[in-house]
Amino acid sequence: MAQAVSPPIQTTEAEAERPAFEPKIVAFFCNWCTYAASDLAGISRMKYAPNVKIVRVMCSGRIDPSFVIEAFRSGADGVMIGGCNPGDCHYKEGNYKTMRRYMLLSRMLQDFGIEKERFRLEWICASCARELQETVDKMTTELKRLGPLDWKGV
Amino acid sequence: MSLAKPKVAFYWCASCGGCEEAVVDLAEKILDVVAAVDIVFWPVALDFKRSDVEAMPDKSIAVSFINGAIRTSEQDEMAKLLRRKSQMVIAFGACAHQGGIPGLANLWNRQAIFDWYYRKGPSVATKDGPIPLTKIKVPEGELELPEIWDTVKCLDQVVDVEYYLPGCPPTPKILANAVQAILAGKLPAKGTVLAGTKALCGECKLNSTKPEKLLIKDIKRMTEIVLDPEKCYLAQGVICMGPVTRGGCEALCIEGRMPCSGCFGSLDKTPDYGAKALSYVASIVDVMDQEEARKIMEKVADPTGIFYRYSMPASKLGRKRQKGAS
Amino acid sequence: MGKQIVIDPITRLEGHGRITIFLDDKGDVKRAYFQIPELRGFENFLIGRRAEDTPQITSRICGVCPTAHHMAATKAIDDLYKVEPTETAKKLREMLYSIFMLEDHSLHLFFLGGPDFVVGPNASKADRNILGVIQKVGLDIGKRVIQTRKELRGLIQELGGRVIHPVFGLPGGVAKPLTEDARKRFEAVAKNGLEFALFCESLFENVVLKNKAYVDMIVSDAYTHKTYYAGLMDSNNKVNFYDGHIRVVDPAGKEFARFHVRDYLNHIAEHSEPWTYVKFPFLMKVGWNGFVDGPGSGIYSVAPLARLNASDGMATPRANELYRKFYETLGGKPVHHTLANHWARVVEIVYAAERFFELASDTSIASNDIRNMPTEKPNEGIGVVEAPRGTLIHHYRSDEKGIVTSANLIVATAHNSARMAMSVDKAARSAIKGGVVNDGILNQIEMAFRAYDPCHACATHSMPGSMPLKVQILDADGELFKELTR
Repeated sequence: MAQAVSPPIQTTEAEAERPAFEPKIVAFFCNWCTYAASDLAGISRMKYAPNVKIVRVMCSGRIDPSFVIEAFRSGADGVMIGGCNPGDCHYKEGNYKTMRRYMLLSRMLQDFGIEKERFRLEWICASCARELQETVDKMTTELKRLGPLDWKGV
Repeated sequence: MSLAKPKVAFYWCASCGGCEEAVVDLAEKILDVVAAVDIVFWPVALDFKRSDVEAMPDKSIAVSFINGAIRTSEQDEMAKLLRRKSQMVIAFGACAHQGGIPGLANLWNRQAIFDWYYRKGPSVATKDGPIPLTKIKVPEGELELPEIWDTVKCLDQVVDVEYYLPGCPPTPKILANAVQAILAGKLPAKGTVLAGTKALCGECKLNSTKPEKLLIKDIKRMTEIVLDPEKCYLAQGVICMGPVTRGGCEALCIEGRMPCSGCFGSLDKTPDYGAKALSYVASIVDVMDQEEARKIMEKVADPTGIFYRYSMPASKLGRKRQKGAS
Repeated sequence: MGKQIVIDPITRLEGHGRITIFLDDKGDVKRAYFQIPELRGFENFLIGRRAEDTPQITSRICGVCPTAHHMAATKAIDDLYKVEPTETAKKLREMLYSIFMLEDHSLHLFFLGGPDFVVGPNASKADRNILGVIQKVGLDIGKRVIQTRKELRGLIQELGGRVIHPVFGLPGGVAKPLTEDARKRFEAVAKNGLEFALFCESLFENVVLKNKAYVDMIVSDAYTHKTYYAGLMDSNNKVNFYDGHIRVVDPAGKEFARFHVRDYLNHIAEHSEPWTYVKFPFLMKVGWNGFVDGPGSGIYSVAPLARLNASDGMATPRANELYRKFYETLGGKPVHHTLANHWARVVEIVYAAERFFELASDTSIASNDIRNMPTEKPNEGIGVVEAPRGTLIHHYRSDEKGIVTSANLIVATAHNSARMAMSVDKAARSAIKGGVVNDGILNQIEMAFRAYDPCHACATHSMPGSMPLKVQILDADGELFKELTR
């Protein structure tokens, strides 16, 4: 499996503050890999944090940075992109574009005060339901620790 | 019966005066302009005062060209005053259009940065000297200063705007075309940006040297390269905003052997300039290996300043996150 | 309680401002305050930017003198990278800069300050402007002024990419060379420029110097202050707009200090007041003693009058003749009459034109050797030029990648702020007596600042903010953590 783009989450349940706060995560999942994994998790009756609102796209490369920005602006506390492993993209190169866009966008969002933990890019293959479960659960815990984004725009 | 000439006003908000210079750069054409219109307010060149504008009947000014971003209470008042007195308001220049370079102050706020200017700056005389106030008692009476806002806004975020003249500043040609259209009564739909509709690449002389599929293996800063003036600068690895910037400026910067920095702002279909610019730069870098990609993307040394240099206030996020009131 | 008169906004200058005049019960002036109500925050938002972007970003401090900021920033990043520009690059920069000084000074002469003298300070409001000037001097002369400026600015655009906000400067050089063909054209325009400069000189002489009322006004006490004067001088202590050492003379005209800009923090400090956003630089070694002039006050002046006062002459022949004539006519050095700035500006117009011609006739300027690439790791850099409106200092620090980590800008008009405030106050006291106020009288007060050719967009590049009666505790990001009110 390819090395993850976003660094691993270390936060434990105990460290998560604000138990009453339920973060909203908008998750863009590519149809062929990550979305399939979420289907598999569902069929396997695997429980994971219900905080995720999944948006299915045909390829992670479809994701324009403005979608991510719009999600944060509209109330998301976190945004996740799930795509195919490098080399496995159904359309050959889409996920590489996503990877490079993510690298720039994550840095730029930090300049805007959106912490890097709130925006993640994960390579999750079609059969990786467990990895999906872990990632969503961990991101939810991390966001509970960070607190709401509470974006107040202009 | 003689028809009065239409009244026109020019005003500057958080502006550098470059848009005023653009009007002066109409050169001899300015004599035609003043023959056709009555300029009733233009602080850089004429002595009419705010009270003269306040005394005018509402909607008696045909067109007000307002440049500069809005970042003080006074600028907000003046924009609203001119809006009341005018039939048409034109957002003149990048600052009025999308926030301009003063918009970069949205990465800060008033509290955070007064610290530098009156306290921490290396040339500040005393670390606890006086600080400007909006109401000040002096021995002779009371003085006022406008309130500085935390957030810079572009013009249409405070008043209704009929048209936009983009550019930092708009070229004399763009301006002359707009003035002609106004005088002839031949303006397009309300809300139109009065410049090109295609990206800058369309009018760049180097466009023919841009490969069909533009892919670069490295990104170079201007400190690392001497540009070949005959070849597309992007293809040489320098970040040029041409592909995502509205055309109409005749690619002057390219002619000056420097890449486009995006001052004409976004195209109609991609209103958030920075998001699109970031997306396209990431797309054209032809590197798949994760570590290598990371190294090259690090060479985009200042994504925020490169991608949102002229358009932060108008962008979807608008400003850096603020906990507390704006 | 006396009356309050507000001039809002002040006009025929670059930038924003208002003058608030307090009258006593007799209708005489108690005090006039010159307030600058604007600021934008450049020193803050330069942080995080690429060093090579500073010339283009800081040029947006001012669209009337963008080339000044562009050049100061370019020199600062030369210093940041410790890279010396090539000889050709230096010549090209100085030539571009001379063209800019020539056209900007003429803008002021005809559009901004000049109308007061050509049309008259008490002329109708509707006539006190370039259009009134053209009416008075005739359309032919008007067209000549417009045409010449257009031609000069066309050259700046050709070499610098754009005239408003050029894209010319890079650390160690410039972006675009001059071909020999282009150089010949530049030389031809420089010849025109020289004729135009001499024409400005004769126009000024005929319209202003031969008018006794104007001369009386210029030398009157109402528009006189005895301060220190500063400017950039070459090794012969002649005025140089592009490079040199900063030289300061005292109110008696004796050299008080002479230093490289790298030392500026040992000489210049900034004072602030609660009634204006602009800061007031002053000479540290003398100290701030309030809004007074004289050798005991650290207040100093920059721009044309100050440059001439601080120098031993002009580096080009015709300008130097005019320099001598200037001092002979006004009774020796230094001249303390603020309105004499207009005349000193004309002397500088001639110098700029002569210097432009010198550089444009030098065939070695048409070389392709225009870049030295930086090799050192960037760290800290300070650059200085003489803007039309005075000494301009850009000071940057960066990290190893050349990303700006801090910025400090001391901008031309700011150096003049204190003296300008005094000039406006003094002019108001002299102009308003017994409560008699009209448009012409108010304009005479405005003339006190117009002589400095101020650029308030420049002076107030930064952003302080108001201090409320509450304490706000900020966290490490500068975000509000807690607020306490009383």
